[in-house]
Amino acid sequence: MFDNLGQQIYNTLVANDRWTMFLDGLLVTLMIAGIAVLMGVVIGSFVAIAKVNAARNKRLKWLNVICDIYLTVIRGTPVLVQLLIMYYIVFAAAPIEMAPYVAALAFGINSGAYVAEIVRSGIMAVPRGQMEAGRSLGLTNGMTMRTIIFPQAIKNILPALGNEFIVLFKETSIVGYVAVQDLTRAAELVRSRTMDAFVPLIFIALVYLGIVMLITWALRKLEKKLAQSDVR
Amino acid sequence: MIIVKELCKQFHNNMVLKGIDEHIERGEKVVIVGPSGSGKSTFLRCLNMLEVPTSGEIWFEGKLLTAPDTDIDKVRQKMGMVFQQFNLFPHKTVGQNIMLAPLKLGLMTEEEAQERAESLLKRIGLSDKIDSYPSQLSGGQQQRVAIVRALAMNPDVMLFDEPTSALDPEMVGEVLDFMHALADEGMTMVVVTHEMGFAKEVATRCLFMDEGKILEQAPPKEFFGSPKNARLQDFLSKVL
Repeated sequence: MFDNLGQQIYNTLVANDRWTMFLDGLLVTLMIAGIAVLMGVVIGSFVAIAKVNAARNKRLKWLNVICDIYLTVIRGTPVLVQLLIMYYIVFAAAPIEMAPYVAALAFGINSGAYVAEIVRSGIMAVPRGQMEAGRSLGLTNGMTMRTIIFPQAIKNILPALGNEFIVLFKETSIVGYVAVQDLTRAAELVRSRTMDAFVPLIFIALVYLGIVMLITWALRKLEKKLAQSDVR
Repeated sequence: MIIVKELCKQFHNNMVLKGIDEHIERGEKVVIVGPSGSGKSTFLRCLNMLEVPTSGEIWFEGKLLTAPDTDIDKVRQKMGMVFQQFNLFPHKTVGQNIMLAPLKLGLMTEEEAQERAESLLKRIGLSDKIDSYPSQLSGGQQQRVAIVRALAMNPDVMLFDEPTSALDPEMVGEVLDFMHALADEGMTMVVVTHEMGFAKEVATRCLFMDEGKILEQAPPKEFFGSPKNARLQDFLSKVL
């Protein structure tokens, strides 16, 4: 299997400029993950804030019900099934070039449900007295949320959110199911042409690993920066 | 200044306040004592609507706080509150803690707020801590900062919710001394505390609460010297 590793690497990456397939695939993967992360954070924050406020205000009960339905459905079904529904049912009429964006949308909606719970628990973990102190000074609910609660909640949220980014980034490897040419799909295509599975699959595994390590490193730096006020 | 009429507060099936009527005049220092679970903290927290009363009325400077159209945020700017757990903002420096509300609410310019923070910190001898974070301060220092944070808003009344209960014994004195000084300056104060010495020295009026009611109130001399209510007699015999 390894007699000819050099030749196999050459066939996989260099011959016919196949490295461009990997590069294009990686860019698609990053694009989908990037859009999905942003969407997930926006949707998740919105749902979390809606739920936190609905818990305090009886008139917003309907909002809570809508959020709960969203959370239950998204977290209760496989992301691959959600992706297939999005592609073959909701956007059945969309042209093939739109497939990566449809996939990004599906992942964004999916991620939002998990981010919502992360953000909500992060907000709830800030001691009640912080909100009371802010309100007792005459700050409005919104002001206290923005200047007192969120900056503290971020510290609780960030580690779990980073984990969610990483999970999401890796989960995008299933988009090949809806004919999107991401990094994994690129490896599959190369494999089918060179008849060699080892090099392309190990190669993309290393690429995924490298990027995850990069994200982990960046998040750790950010966490350290946010922990400044914790020094004793 | 503060008028409370038939105040009731119920948590689920638990009636915590059972009809309280009370007048607090400008300049009074009212100290509320009573066994734990008597409703004294809840009563205090109702005064600035941190707890929403189940029924009854609370008036402050001519405004009915329990009316739904009252801008409670505006009212709270004039009612400072100090908590048992200090509740300083841990992600802000001492100076930022003090300046935050006046700046956010547009009551002071940056320079005015800075000046006010500096003079307040000087007063409690913590000028050098302006750029420290709360976690770098002792409990007594934190509580004094929490008091000046409330004072930065120039409140008309200060509410203290067991301000020394979370402190190590050796730090209680510095907080009480500061509160004493505030009282001497004429600040209107409502204090829930277990510090009977403070009540004797500083209060103009003491209230005894038990089971959601005010059972007795009198100037401290009479309150401690010749209590009439049997439960107050019993309470004082245990704590003094």
